[in-house]
Amino acid sequence: MNALIEVKGVSKSFGKVEANKNLSMYVNPGEIVALLGENGAGKSTLVKQIFGLITPDEGTITVKGDATPIKDPSDAIERGIGMVHQHFQLVPVMSVAENIVLGNEPVKGLRLNLNDARTLVKEIASKIGMDVDPDIAIEDLPVGTQQRVEILKALSRKVDLLILDEPTAVLTPQETDELLEVMRSLARSGTAIVFITHKLREVLAVADRIYVLRDGELAGEVHASDTNEAALAQLMVGREVVLRVHKIPAAPKSEVLNISGLSVLDDRKLVAVNNLSLNVKAGEIVGVAGVEGNGQRELVEAIAGMRKIESGTIIAFGKEDITKSNPFKIHALGIGHIPEDREKHGLVASYSLADNLVLNRFSEPEFASRGVRNFKAINENADELIEKFDIRTSSSKASAASLSGGNKQKVVVARELSAEPGLLIAAQPTRGVDVGSIEFIHNQIVAARDSGAGVLLVSAELDEVLSLADRVLVIHKGQIVAEMQSEGADRVAIGRLMTGGH
Amino acid sequence: MSEQIQTRSPLGRIWDIAVRYQAIVVPVVALTLAFTIGGVLIALQGVNPLIAYESLFRAALFSGDGLLRTLQKATPLILTGMAVSIALRLGLFNIGAQGQLIFGALASAYFGYSLAGAPTIVILPTAIAAGILAGAMWASIAGLLKAYRGVHEVISTIMLNSIAYGLIEFLISGPLQEPDQVLLRTPAVADNARLGNIGSVPVAFIGAVLLAFLVAWMLNRTTTGFQFNTVGKNKFAALYSGMKISRLTVLAMVFSGGLAGLGGAIETLGIVHRYESGFNVGLGFDGITIALLARANPLATIPAALLVAMLRAGSATLQFDTGIKPEVVDLLLAITLLLVSIPVLANILFRDRAQKQENVTSGWGS
Amino acid sequence: MVNTLLRYISNHKLSFFTSVIVIVGMYWFYFVDAIRAESMLGFAWRYSIPLVLAAMVGIIGERSGVVNIGIEGQMLTSAFIGFFGAAYTGSLIMGMFLGVGTGVVMGAFLAWTTVKWQMDQIIAGVVLNIVAAGITSFYYTQGQLLPTLMPKWSVPILSDIPLIGPVFFERGFFGLATLVFVVLLQIMLFRTRWGLRTRAIGEYPSAADTAGIDVIKMRIVNVTIAGALAGCAGAYLSLEATSTFERGFTAGRGFLALAILIFGAWYPNRVMFAALFFGFTTALASQLQADKVVDIPQQFVNLLPYVMTLIVLALAVGRVRPPAAVGQPFVKGSG
Repeated sequence: MNALIEVKGVSKSFGKVEANKNLSMYVNPGEIVALLGENGAGKSTLVKQIFGLITPDEGTITVKGDATPIKDPSDAIERGIGMVHQHFQLVPVMSVAENIVLGNEPVKGLRLNLNDARTLVKEIASKIGMDVDPDIAIEDLPVGTQQRVEILKALSRKVDLLILDEPTAVLTPQETDELLEVMRSLARSGTAIVFITHKLREVLAVADRIYVLRDGELAGEVHASDTNEAALAQLMVGREVVLRVHKIPAAPKSEVLNISGLSVLDDRKLVAVNNLSLNVKAGEIVGVAGVEGNGQRELVEAIAGMRKIESGTIIAFGKEDITKSNPFKIHALGIGHIPEDREKHGLVASYSLADNLVLNRFSEPEFASRGVRNFKAINENADELIEKFDIRTSSSKASAASLSGGNKQKVVVARELSAEPGLLIAAQPTRGVDVGSIEFIHNQIVAARDSGAGVLLVSAELDEVLSLADRVLVIHKGQIVAEMQSEGADRVAIGRLMTGGH
Repeated sequence: MSEQIQTRSPLGRIWDIAVRYQAIVVPVVALTLAFTIGGVLIALQGVNPLIAYESLFRAALFSGDGLLRTLQKATPLILTGMAVSIALRLGLFNIGAQGQLIFGALASAYFGYSLAGAPTIVILPTAIAAGILAGAMWASIAGLLKAYRGVHEVISTIMLNSIAYGLIEFLISGPLQEPDQVLLRTPAVADNARLGNIGSVPVAFIGAVLLAFLVAWMLNRTTTGFQFNTVGKNKFAALYSGMKISRLTVLAMVFSGGLAGLGGAIETLGIVHRYESGFNVGLGFDGITIALLARANPLATIPAALLVAMLRAGSATLQFDTGIKPEVVDLLLAITLLLVSIPVLANILFRDRAQKQENVTSGWGS
Repeated sequence: MVNTLLRYISNHKLSFFTSVIVIVGMYWFYFVDAIRAESMLGFAWRYSIPLVLAAMVGIIGERSGVVNIGIEGQMLTSAFIGFFGAAYTGSLIMGMFLGVGTGVVMGAFLAWTTVKWQMDQIIAGVVLNIVAAGITSFYYTQGQLLPTLMPKWSVPILSDIPLIGPVFFERGFFGLATLVFVVLLQIMLFRTRWGLRTRAIGEYPSAADTAGIDVIKMRIVNVTIAGALAGCAGAYLSLEATSTFERGFTAGRGFLALAILIFGAWYPNRVMFAALFFGFTTALASQLQADKVVDIPQQFVNLLPYVMTLIVLALAVGRVRPPAAVGQPFVKGSG
């Protein structure tokens, strides 16, 4: 038994949170091992320790029989470990060649030898059947290609073990298939792969062995040939998973949102939303399905008044033109917005829950009169919402930073629904949230619908869109390319549409 | 840490209190340390530091009009301290309180002498309002540049300080100069435009203290204050919540400049009684020290300003008694500032129970 | 060879043609009035030297991801220590060493507090400035003199070029060193391993970290070493440009340098031209006033660099892109 890498009894805590509890695993040469688990199960923490980004509190990691602790990434790289990160670790303004040689630069005397770097890039790229211009800047490449550059970067260091952290999160189904093929061919040539994901299908398609993590602990180790999706799902969440949201059929009424001919630019001034039209009626949930980066973020920000609109109109509730309105006015009209990034936009970490629960309602007559805040009402509001939305906290005075991800998201959802919006824009409403909270949030959104609100749901999880939405729109390159009822929708066909197919 | 909670020894309990109030404990420890280091430096100059400190504080508090002078000096310092604090709440570091203050001082001097003969009820409010307005207008340039052109306020306010000095020097050496006078100064303000004292307490000092309570109330209890704090803590959340960041930025600078300008007006109307080149020096910069000592809390600027004022008021006597240069105060304040602003002191004292200092200022080029 | 040159020119059309216009304009001026041209360009470069040195401190810091607002304080203290060091030891060389060393020490302080302890970079810089003002004003004594003046050297051949020769190549140690540093830093940033890594830690530190680069150490080393340039700028002012020291001697040059740095888009060569532009404009205004061509009070002429800084920043910010991670402390494992 000569394992390439062996992890024994590893534990790691961040403050009070135990991210890893006494984990053990091994990987053999040429083997593809999947680390499966929900968000927050401790997968990333585990591999970051293998790659030397953080050091374990307890336990050992043995690489090729050598149990010396892995000091830092350069130590890991030297010992044959490479990693492709979930958030690409590429410098956007630098070229492909510069990025690939960073940290391991060829030099001629004192000068950086970029010609050697270019040759190196071409050489490795051809190995995995890829063609890329070594002089193009990373920021000018599509996301899928950027990821391939990440893999090239790892391979340029002669790796025995390649760690892939959620590599398919931003990929189209086609790109995902190509990636899985690359993984198989790497494994055939002897490279071991550790592959992090929470997507069951991919695991079963490519992995030899699977470790399932739950709440920082090892929930099980299985061979891919001995298991199936249902069994893995149960291991992951520790109980039978409810795959469908219980809801009665929608009863759409009058139109609450009408977008026509909308065009919006992204941060780099490129067209992100391109002449897009859609509508949402009261009492229905409209889901927008699509691969991330196809204009969803810009669409949501445009509706919420956070991004300038180039052309087109947005009409709310049949009469209010909000095309040029600011977030304040839009919210005042009764449009709620669960932002995609709750930490960045949705919350102020150091504020109390009470303040966060009125973050965008602070000046409403209920909470302030003549510019003076009404703390009695603010605190009562907080206590009421904490109770109603089951937010786990010590008190309404605790800071938002002290909450778990799921509870933070509940704060945002509670705030947006507490204003009883006629239209709710929900962007990635359950990202990074535990299963219990997901169910709760889904039920709240459905309840809002049943009480007459229109909901525009934008999610990168096709399963979420299909189970929650009544009507599904597929977005591709900033345009709606298809519309269908979610009831009986064909997910394979949607997958094709999401990637520009027909 | 868990042991301390379990045992609850008296010492442990005192320690818990210290940890809880570390926002006060850390500056006090820093001050003590700074005075110790300062004492060593004074000793190196061949003077007994105890005698030096005794002379400094006696002069500042117990000598003839010592207390009055200390409170007079403290008044504009409370205002400039608040000026820097209020901007800091929004993540703006207003280094330009000095420039705003001298504009305020000149404006109030101008109305103080040019309206001579007008009744007190007209001349005094006009002169004070002119000071506030002038400071606010000067600061608003930096606010506008930040909000609409993305120019970092640290650089713009420094430049505006230099420009203010140049412009004012031009004005008091020409258009606004006292006739038949070689000194760079304006005519004296009318008698009824001067701010007096009640016993040893200047009227303006009482006003400044009341204003500190008003500003604290504004920051903690009003929607405007809530918006300032939100922009300072999370600009993106502020944008999401519909707050108008650009307008708030300008508003914060206007408030900040207004406070600094008021400080200048009070200095003119209460002490100097005219604008004269070379007076007012350093009041704005001491405001930075005070704001950082007070951790941008308007009420805490009062004790911080009193401390700085004591040092400044006593420093002349110190030189007379011991020969130590008055600039020793700059040195002492610099060491104090260093110790309160470096996070390490809190970390050494409280280890893992130290409060984390947030990055308060806004980033570069945004 | 010719082809490479042509390709280079076609890739850099704007800068090439601006340079040509500037050079032709300069020599036309020289042809018309040699004395004025030489004195004005000389003024511009003397004015630029400390700004260029200080701006390079900023370039290294910000390219590595650290804002250095304390350059003013570094310069002031270095000018002070350099001057009094030379006066007390009686050795100009000693003063130069002490001045440059002071810049390094203060750089190390800034690096340690902001990078290691993650103190707010803007506050740390301002504190450094206040501390510098406190120290230099307390220990300042009047009536000290330098043992000797800084000798001037003429670079063979180069100093014989009309106009450019006497202006750039007949200078004291720091004046000549500045030219070398500009060229050196330009090459180092874009042609060496150090440069690639420095740019990476300023743009995307976690990428550098995962590539095995020690971001914390590199930032500390860079900001510390950059302090030597701030030391040169300070020592230049007190030992080479004026042979004296006064309180508040640097007069905001450290902040002007930060503006010039943005104007020059974080490139050493462009920063040098940006500084020269500032210097030349000031020289022009003084000359016009001295010649009574325009009637503006001297105070206003003195204000020109400050007003220009504001205008330049108002126009330039948003058009140029600062290193992405500038001002943000790096915490290991957070990427």
